[in-house]
Amino acid sequence: MKRPSPDATAIPRTSVASASSSDSSPPTATGASILSSAEPARHLPSIQGSVVADRIYRTAILFFALCVPVLLLLIFVEVGVAGWPALRQFGFSFLTSSTWDPVKGEFGAAPAIFGTLLTSIIALVIATPLALGGAIFLSEFSPRWLRQPVSFLIDLLAAVPSVVFGLWGVFVLVPLLRTGLMPFLRDTLHLGATPFFSGPAYGPSVLAAGLILAIMVLPYIAAVSREVLMAVPRSQREAALALGATRWEAITGAVLPYARTGIFGGIILGLGRARGETMAVTMVIGNRHELAASLFAPGYTMASLIANEFAEATTDIHLSALMAVGFVLFLITLIVNGIARLLVRRVGEVRA
Amino acid sequence: MTELVSLRETEPVTAGARGAPCAMRAVGLNAYFGATQAVRDVALDVPANEVTAIIGPSGCGKSTLLRTFNRMHETVPTARITGQVFFHGQDIYGDDVNPITLRRYVGMVFQRPTPFPTMSIRDNVAAGLRVQSGDKLDRRQVDEIVERALREAALWDEVKDRLKASATGISGGQQQRLCIARALATAPHVLLLDEPTASLDPLSSQKVEELVYELRKTMTVVIVTHNMQQAARVSDRTVFMLSGQLVETAPTRVMFTAPTDPRTEAYITGRFG
Repeated sequence: MKRPSPDATAIPRTSVASASSSDSSPPTATGASILSSAEPARHLPSIQGSVVADRIYRTAILFFALCVPVLLLLIFVEVGVAGWPALRQFGFSFLTSSTWDPVKGEFGAAPAIFGTLLTSIIALVIATPLALGGAIFLSEFSPRWLRQPVSFLIDLLAAVPSVVFGLWGVFVLVPLLRTGLMPFLRDTLHLGATPFFSGPAYGPSVLAAGLILAIMVLPYIAAVSREVLMAVPRSQREAALALGATRWEAITGAVLPYARTGIFGGIILGLGRARGETMAVTMVIGNRHELAASLFAPGYTMASLIANEFAEATTDIHLSALMAVGFVLFLITLIVNGIARLLVRRVGEVRA
Repeated sequence: MTELVSLRETEPVTAGARGAPCAMRAVGLNAYFGATQAVRDVALDVPANEVTAIIGPSGCGKSTLLRTFNRMHETVPTARITGQVFFHGQDIYGDDVNPITLRRYVGMVFQRPTPFPTMSIRDNVAAGLRVQSGDKLDRRQVDEIVERALREAALWDEVKDRLKASATGISGGQQQRLCIARALATAPHVLLLDEPTASLDPLSSQKVEELVYELRKTMTVVIVTHNMQQAARVSDRTVFMLSGQLVETAPTRVMFTAPTDPRTEAYITGRFG
């Protein structure tokens, strides 16, 4: 076929005319024959094409998307099946008993469940204000030359391997707690009168684990909050300032409320990290099966319990009990994240 | 030509008859963003209890000029000004002036509606009250002020049954009137409107214009607009700006019938911009 000559400016009109003139041709004539007979000098763009590629693409994408939930389901079932013997044998007392005796074959995970929840809460209580404060500084007050490097360092904190945090905990944080912070809280501030800060200051403790976790989740909350705060439109800040708000009032009255859903999401992300973190916690928590109100007492978390005992679990019931702990951790994760989702929706409702 | 001169001469008399000194006055004002100069050596008097419209093509510095009047310009990084702006005779860039206090007397409404999305309609209107008077007002007083402001902004009838609903659930035009109500609630002396109808449909624009026309009874209004018909409809005086400079200031009738500067005439008759 010949290409249309560049000087044929009137082609559209002639082609329309020729197409209408060939309308009288028999209906059996194909489009191609009409075109070729009417105007052999040019060709109309073809709209024919295969949709197979698109279909393959869609199937592949669907497969990738399904991989994640299927994998999750498989792990859930696998852990559940493996933990079933222990769950069946101990029943509800697996969740409430604090006896964990591999020799007698008696297992109750209450201290580990309690420890996981408690250390996570301590971590969030300490990390959230720090991270949010840092994020507010970076997005609202920081000069531009400082924002980049500080943000980079915060992100770097998230990249430190947890075993390094654990080592730092063992060699720096725990001695510091034993000789400094714990006596200070207990004796100087007389908080020892409350059950939460009483007892001997060993060092390795629920408090140490909570502090380590606080440092580890801080970059997550800070990074997410920073991004969310930076995404708040300038117009919201200006609207508040134009009403005579101080800079601080503009932040608390307009910027933070606007960003609250996202900030909450960052906190939930941090909670997930705190709940699942294993290595660093195992190194500083003291690893003892005991329900104690004091933050100075050693404890356990579900993750550290599994990590610690899996290698030495010899009996079937011991192994099954550890799997059951994993199953409970899984369930708690589901429940907590479900509640968090509901809260995020509730918090974000007013905006929609 | 004689008519033009006589009109110009009567203008100060009119201002004097209303007993209106200048609410705002700019003297030798330059405004910059970094190295870019947005406003060049502007001298402008804004008579009290009048509506002053600032017109000009996009990027001529009219919004920037407006933002120097309540010191919002300086909230942008690298922005700075030289020269002076007076509010009832006080230099607002003086060392002893707190911009927060100034903004309580010089309110501002922006081009796009900026309701606070997490607050109800009522709380939006009361937002300025809360930051300005702390918690000194009790609930009933706040409710009264909210109602008054919403009535002034011609929004009361449309939202009175859903004051507790989210401010984002109302239309764009309603949101903009809500923002005007929010600015009015604190009873500013001067209201700065930065293209308040730019994102609104004609009907909503008309409501806002009627509102602006009414506001001159109680306050001084400066409105930036790229809509010349709007300037002609709502304002007493019109200011024409071009590339950062103030080209011409005149009573609106004069400006739109017999402008003195050929550039003004070219702009008004639609030859550019």
